[in-house]
Amino acid sequence: MRKVTKNIYMDYAATTPVDPIVKRTMLPFFSEKFGNATALYSFGQEAKQALEESREKVANLIGAKPQEIIFTSSATESNNLALKGVAFAKASTNQGRHIIISSIEHPSVTETAKWLEAQKFKITRLPVDKYGLINPKDVERAIRKDTILVSIIHASNEIGTIQPIEKIGKILKAKIYFHTDAVQSFGKIPINVNKMNIDLLSASSHKMYGPKGIACLYAREGVKIEPILHGGGQESGLRSSTVNVAAVVGFGAACKICKREMGKENRRLIKLRDKLIKGVLAKIPGSYLNGSLKDRLSNNVNLRFDDVEGESIVIQLDLLGIAASTGSACSSGKLESSSVLSAIGLKPQQVHGSLRLSLGRWTKEKEINYLLKVLPGIIKRLREISGKL
Amino acid sequence: MKPYYSKEVIKRFTKPKNFGKIKNASAVGKVGNPRCGDIMKLYIGVEKKRGKEIIKNIKFHTLGCAAAIATSDIICDLVKGKTLKEALKVGYKDVVDSLGYLPAIKVHCSFLAEQGLKDAIKKYEEKERKNIKGRQN
Repeated sequence: MRKVTKNIYMDYAATTPVDPIVKRTMLPFFSEKFGNATALYSFGQEAKQALEESREKVANLIGAKPQEIIFTSSATESNNLALKGVAFAKASTNQGRHIIISSIEHPSVTETAKWLEAQKFKITRLPVDKYGLINPKDVERAIRKDTILVSIIHASNEIGTIQPIEKIGKILKAKIYFHTDAVQSFGKIPINVNKMNIDLLSASSHKMYGPKGIACLYAREGVKIEPILHGGGQESGLRSSTVNVAAVVGFGAACKICKREMGKENRRLIKLRDKLIKGVLAKIPGSYLNGSLKDRLSNNVNLRFDDVEGESIVIQLDLLGIAASTGSACSSGKLESSSVLSAIGLKPQQVHGSLRLSLGRWTKEKEINYLLKVLPGIIKRLREISGKL
Repeated sequence: MKPYYSKEVIKRFTKPKNFGKIKNASAVGKVGNPRCGDIMKLYIGVEKKRGKEIIKNIKFHTLGCAAAIATSDIICDLVKGKTLKEALKVGYKDVVDSLGYLPAIKVHCSFLAEQGLKDAIKKYEEKERKNIKGRQN
């Protein structure tokens, strides 16, 4: 087996550990308060109360009303529900079949859009600049008479670029439904659905120290969507399934902590992030930052290195006990390289040499120091092996 | 569950013995895998002995993942000291077997090693044919 000397997690954008407080809050809901939230007896009502209190906590984080939160099993499901839900609701009343997305969406949006295309919907994919930013004017120009939905990722899961959502929201206000995949930004930066004119928003619990298997779609009151799952009519008929109350309680607790800690945590992470970025760029020749430094999530670092391949960096780091990820095709299950890095104009070879380090609640400065100590040697060694081909 | 990479892959990846360049190499094979973008260069030093052509020395440079580096390193060991005829019989299966196993999605890295070797030998033979032709003229 591999000899691991440290245990440093730098892949918080992939998933996060459940906060111990969150876990403790969840525990009674497995075997004691296990009732079905739709039941009328006290077991059920106890669960129902916990469900509604949690809904309020989730809503609170984005300035929404509790009844506007639909719990789902994952952000993938939320994104599917938003896109397909709006598409079918609008198409059934002949209001149009045109949807606008960006070229740096998560696969759960791009693949859903591709599927809708096969169902005779029309998709426009907006370009981004070299920092991964969308120009709001491009959104305006892409709007057609039959446009029914615009879906733009709030912050990139790969390069952490934060989009000018408020400006885009202003353009679309009350005319066209606006959905944002806020999985990476939810709980990390302030979001107000009213101020930003967001009609639909996807968020996930396991990216913000809650459990996996629970997520939500915010849908503004009055926004019409068709459900994907039909059945018992839970979640206002928009998502039939017995609600996973324990997970919802965890999600709610995680939201409460994020809301309280957000400002302080952001300041702490920005310091660590910038130390990491500056350290790498200074110590390693032929290294570059992918994305924007200004419009960037506080926990995202995405770098690239000349003449090395990302998977080999990830494996070397893993052998030293550091968990990181890459956009290189070699590490993806489908051998496809990152479409986000291609969209910001990188050549395949450059995408190949990318490394994402995402920080979080338990990242310590000494871990950044350790990374800065070992990474230059790893890159140097791999360049010797590649002979700078 | 087996680890993603075998012990041998990790060993070859972290401590490759055969990377580097051969000055005045008899031939250099260069292959790239368009699917994942890896590039492999194999340098061979061929010696003629009693009418036989033997791979006396072989080294590599590889820009690629752990599997690509491991397959590059092991193919060098598999063919070193062999005649060209013998070396041509070494295929990707031998590479995979010597590494223990490769994840299914990484088996193409062993093709890369096989192709790299074949490319180097082909280039060597082309050069030899030209030399003979040159001498005949």
